[in-house]
Amino acid sequence: MIEGMFSLDQAAREKALLPELVALTGHHREHSTEYRRLLDALDHPAGRGYAAVADLPWLPVRMFKHHTLRSIAEDEVFKVLTSSGTTGDVSRIYLDKEAAGTQQRMLSATIRTVTGPRRIPMLLVDTRALFKNRASFSARGAGVLGMMNFGRDHAFALDEQERPDPAAVKEFLARHGDRPFLIFGFTYMVWLYLYELARTESLDLSNGILVHSGGWKRLADQAVDNAEFRRRLATDTGLVRSHNFYGMVEQIGTVYLEGPSGGSLYCPDFADVIVRDPQTWAEAPIGTPGVVEVVSTLPRSYPGHVLLTEDLGVVYGIDDGDWPGKRFAILGRLPRAEARGCSDTFTGAAR
Amino acid sequence: MSVNDRLRRVFVETLELGEDVHVEELKYRDLEAWDSLGHMSLVAAIEDEFGVQLDTEQVIDMSSFKVAVDMLRGLGVSD
Repeated sequence: MIEGMFSLDQAAREKALLPELVALTGHHREHSTEYRRLLDALDHPAGRGYAAVADLPWLPVRMFKHHTLRSIAEDEVFKVLTSSGTTGDVSRIYLDKEAAGTQQRMLSATIRTVTGPRRIPMLLVDTRALFKNRASFSARGAGVLGMMNFGRDHAFALDEQERPDPAAVKEFLARHGDRPFLIFGFTYMVWLYLYELARTESLDLSNGILVHSGGWKRLADQAVDNAEFRRRLATDTGLVRSHNFYGMVEQIGTVYLEGPSGGSLYCPDFADVIVRDPQTWAEAPIGTPGVVEVVSTLPRSYPGHVLLTEDLGVVYGIDDGDWPGKRFAILGRLPRAEARGCSDTFTGAAR
Repeated sequence: MSVNDRLRRVFVETLELGEDVHVEELKYRDLEAWDSLGHMSLVAAIEDEFGVQLDTEQVIDMSSFKVAVDMLRGLGVSD
């Protein structure tokens, strides 16, 4: 397997990322007034030195909901991405042409690690109805569409009313099931629709390569976690290549991918994660849960290169898994009040 | 028919372009029809018409009619 995007051990990664991220901090300071104000208020003046990636100033992801954070001129904006927040607030992420291309290319390079270089037939555990309103796709629609580039001969496992479509799935498998094919969907939809269908109809998914995202919360009442998900898919459908991924619109193009043996996420070479103690903000020891910070060298059109998420995670180990670097897991969302607290502290400091 | 002519027909038919559109000058997202969804249809139609398989990188890079022509020539398609 080509592991081009998952090759750097932790020391090499830190060494490669630090100067790039420091330069990006300078770039965004120069091109975004709002970002500059935030840095100044946080006592991160221009020209300050940084000895480690963990020392760089982070922005809480929530900032993208209330501030216009972009490092490009208004007339260079090519795409504005929005996330659907649970409270109705949306993040706005600004991309110019170059950034839009870069994020797709790097996402593609990352996903190719598990799918191979060719576009292969693709089964989407979703519905075509996502694209009915052409002028405005939901975040889900945009996510599905972005992934469709990696496949060909697309088929949808759900009909327009979002009901499982056994005929469509069977037809797809009859045509493509004897060679590797790609399956993409949100985790709970894969479980509720595709797994159930494959199990009851005894469908063979053994040539499938599943790439899925989304948390386990919606499956908690079914007592399904990642290990159970993998075990049952393998036993009941033959599907053994399953890769969960973690990513967010505020760091579009960067995805943290589950390794072949399952249970841990890994960072592509241009990214890293830092888990922080929410009381002291110091880096949490291996095995201790904390707030997840994500860093990536991709965001150049908006200051999203160092972000504090509202997710709880844990680093399981470093340079000791399927791929080099940190291996980690996302444990869930921070309690709402605590998440707001992270952001308030920050906003307070920035006033 | 030349590569240009065949490709022009694919663009016009797939994106349902009007006669007033200068197809050979067209760039991705110039028109509503060539959005990311239109792009997907276009890639499939080009692969059918020319009997080629584009890889993901090429799908992402195909940002204009001109780029598509060069790409096809690069894949060995000739007039």
